[in-house]
Amino acid sequence: MLDFIIKRFFQVIVVVLLALTVVFFLIRISGDPTTLFLPPDAPKDQIEEYKELLGYNRPLIVQYGDFMFHAVQGDFGESLRSQEDALGIVLSRIPATFQLAISALLIALIIAIPLGVLSAYKRNTVFDKVGVALTIVGQAIPSFWLGLILIYFFAAQLKILPSGGGGTAIHLILPTLTLAAYSVARFTRFTRSAMLDVLRKDYIRTSKASGVPTFRLIMRYALRNSLIPIITLVALDLGVLLGGAVITEVVFSWPGVGRLLMQSLMNRDFPIVLAGVFIIALIYALVNFIADVLYAYVNPQIRVK
Amino acid sequence: MSSSLPQNEQALENRVKPKRKSAIATFFSNLSRSWTGLIGFIIIMTLIVISLIGQWITPFDPYFAEFSKKLLPPMTEGHLLGTDQLGRDIFSRIILGARVSVIIGLATALIAGLIGTIIGIIAGFFRGWIDIILMRIVDVTLSFPFILLVLVINAIIGAGLRNIIISLAVGGWVIFARVIRSEVLALREKEFITACIATGVSRFEILIKHIVPNLFTPIIILASLQIGTYIIAEASISFLGFGVAPPTPAWGNMLNEGKDYIFSSWWLITFPGLAIVITALGVNLFGDWLRDTLDPELKGE
Repeated sequence: MLDFIIKRFFQVIVVVLLALTVVFFLIRISGDPTTLFLPPDAPKDQIEEYKELLGYNRPLIVQYGDFMFHAVQGDFGESLRSQEDALGIVLSRIPATFQLAISALLIALIIAIPLGVLSAYKRNTVFDKVGVALTIVGQAIPSFWLGLILIYFFAAQLKILPSGGGGTAIHLILPTLTLAAYSVARFTRFTRSAMLDVLRKDYIRTSKASGVPTFRLIMRYALRNSLIPIITLVALDLGVLLGGAVITEVVFSWPGVGRLLMQSLMNRDFPIVLAGVFIIALIYALVNFIADVLYAYVNPQIRVK
Repeated sequence: MSSSLPQNEQALENRVKPKRKSAIATFFSNLSRSWTGLIGFIIIMTLIVISLIGQWITPFDPYFAEFSKKLLPPMTEGHLLGTDQLGRDIFSRIILGARVSVIIGLATALIAGLIGTIIGIIAGFFRGWIDIILMRIVDVTLSFPFILLVLVINAIIGAGLRNIIISLAVGGWVIFARVIRSEVLALREKEFITACIATGVSRFEILIKHIVPNLFTPIIILASLQIGTYIIAEASISFLGFGVAPPTPAWGNMLNEGKDYIFSSWWLITFPGLAIVITALGVNLFGDWLRDTLDPELKGE
């Protein structure tokens, strides 16, 4: 087990370093950051002077080495706009993103698991068919559009919820629903199919025949055994949730990492982009790592592989 | 039917003939049995037709801005779905926008599918160190959220139809590589391949004649399931202000422009969004049906 954890953790480090490498080279290949500080008609020697000052005239590989050397120590340089520490700015936005992602995850689980269980238990009834149809439609709705529609109804028409911004619980409602919707559809589907697999098993039939009450049969015997695949799939889906959070944050002007990353991409504020990519890759890799370790813990077959 | 044929030949022809028709006939008879697959197929076909002839069937010039007619609600002055903030006809722009979605969905599936398949075949067939390296690259790419990866790449390399396809393909080939590799690994163990090796067929010939033809089904299934993802990803990225740049109408950038008028003009954000949902739904329904039909083992997965 320890062996597995070490190996998997090594992979986390590789993922984060590679993500940084790729983004670093993409940025450098795409253009010269000095043009940001200077007017487009700046004389050539002034450009050269700036390059010299910022170190952009060195060979690319030296710049890369320098960048990585500082990056692993948490130093991504200063924001090109505000001259503040890039990583510091990104870290200050993390609580907002976590707040959004975790509340969306909880809402999605609270809605999806009972729905999926019920759908599996009542399979092929009208309830099940409507449920399946809704999950299929739900997966075709892009989260940003759902966000716009919610803003239209609750902020523009009914005027009961704010259309954007952050701070209070009221601001959290619409972004949470927007982000949770896609996961509700996915998780309901997972739960339904995991439950169907278990409900087919002989021991369920036997328990049913020997008179175990239905509620107990479903909750204790069936749901418990289908929780492992459900948890695994949910954990694997957290990346989709994180990706969705970025877009949701932009739609609702939610002050999280995603919106910051978007603004920095727009402004070509590359130290923040790199720090943001670093943090997102790290969180994502760690979440996957924890999911894998948990999965290996409950399912010993994985460890050997 | 000519009666001059000798009896046995006639019988042979009768036996062979229905088989010759079968590919397309089976497709439609299978499709007609699944209403979800049928709906998906109809949506996709409609979309393809619209994207091919779109420029000739738009009731208005999709680029023509007339400020005196800006933000007209639907069904006024002949504008079925109203006009946008510059007075351009929304219905015409949605029709023209279909082309962007179709091109991006198909081109990305083609490029990502081709690259991923080649890499998957190399990794699965030759194994060894090249397999290890390629699969590590796949693992690393898959361990970054797809939409974020595409967004960051696209934001850096710049907007435009070509660049969004490149960005999507860079993020998208890995899933093909992984699936095709495992298919190749499974095929290698099959008896008919062992038989080929035993009878001295060359490695190259085994690959081209016996492995590659067996990969078409998984490639088609995967591509059809991925196209919906690509279309939604492009719309999301264009909505965020990258991807396909205005004035070229794409459903995503129409929503981006329309979101500033959400409090006054609901039609700007409603119709392009519906177009995306219907398209994604059609592609997903058809993809699900295709998977269930071609590979019943995966049914319900």
